[in-house]
Amino acid sequence: MSALKDVIGTCPQTKQQVIDTYFMEHRAKLVDIAAYLDRVDRGQGDDQKDFRATAFIRAIEILTDGETHRARRILNLLSDHTTTMAQSAEGMKGASGAVPLTDGGVA
Amino acid sequence: MSYIDPHIHMVSRTTDDYQRMAQAGCLAITEPAFWAGFDRSSAQGFFDYFRQLTEYEPKRAAQFGIQHFTWLCINPKEADDPGFAREVVSLIPDFLECPNVLGIGEIGLNKNTKNELIILEEQIALAEKYNQLVLVHTPHLEDKLKGTRLIMDALSASSLDPGRILIDHVEEHTVTEVLDRGFWAGMTLYPDTKVTPQRAADIIEMYGNERIWMNSAGDWGCSDPLAVPKAQLEMRRRGHAQASIDKVTLGNPKQFLSQSPNFKLK
Ligand SMILES: [Zn+2]
Repeated sequence: MSALKDVIGTCPQTKQQVIDTYFMEHRAKLVDIAAYLDRVDRGQGDDQKDFRATAFIRAIEILTDGETHRARRILNLLSDHTTTMAQSAEGMKGASGAVPLTDGGVA
Repeated sequence: MSYIDPHIHMVSRTTDDYQRMAQAGCLAITEPAFWAGFDRSSAQGFFDYFRQLTEYEPKRAAQFGIQHFTWLCINPKEADDPGFAREVVSLIPDFLECPNVLGIGEIGLNKNTKNELIILEEQIALAEKYNQLVLVHTPHLEDKLKGTRLIMDALSASSLDPGRILIDHVEEHTVTEVLDRGFWAGMTLYPDTKVTPQRAADIIEMYGNERIWMNSAGDWGCSDPLAVPKAQLEMRRRGHAQASIDKVTLGNPKQFLSQSPNFKLK
């Protein structure tokens, strides 16, 4: 895990200045995420086993695991780690922003 | 503050945008050939698009004192039909003689298919044959990591110098591999699917300001033609040195693009 410490101290601001500059902006984004999860709860019908929703919850766990490089690790979690290639894009759907966790990598 | 936006699709923007960009300090832009939001029905559609990029758009930009440069290719999204793609690629050599053409781009992959890869390899060969710079599009979202690796492998298998190739749309999970393999990296300030000005500043803090630039990739989607000057302000409010801000938004683009004899800043 020590590789995760390689970027400590690279921001020109102090930790206090970072919080002073960005807390309000990210407070709003945090409440947005909470409201989104509430909205899923409030949706009609049965609980969905959607792979995107599952990956989203796994990503949230990364936020609070105490290690840095969270953005990189979340992007890795949401990435396709397979190596097979289809011949053509014919009939493929657009990007969905996540993959079933069996196709995802270790974050 | 002066800047260059090295990746923006002005054919999809209004003349007002040129005016606002000039007011914000834009000296030059480079416009890669891309997907128009719909598939063209014939190679002739690309012929007209290449004329727009090489004849019409430089004049529109010049009205506001902005220099317009361009890159030509068939984009990966329309390259899934190899027969059609080859017809379009055959049009490119004649246009390489136009004075504002910097190279081949934005080539790459979209859905990481074998058909896309075949045409990517053929366009890499075109860049080799005509000694052109290369601007690379990487896929979005969950396809980016895999696509970026496939593209870098195809480029590394060619004789092209990685220092003459810019791999665009990097994010936190792809930037280190791109830089470690000797390529240039582009960060695209496109909030929904790529990076915000805040994250671009973070990436520079973590991975340095060598061989990296930022662009708006402004196009017909929800995008911001003033994204680069906004990122300059973001770096400034955090206390980045002016020299470093100038380097990533002006000096680095100048350094990379000047490898093409057609790039001369007035
Ligand atoms: Zn583009």
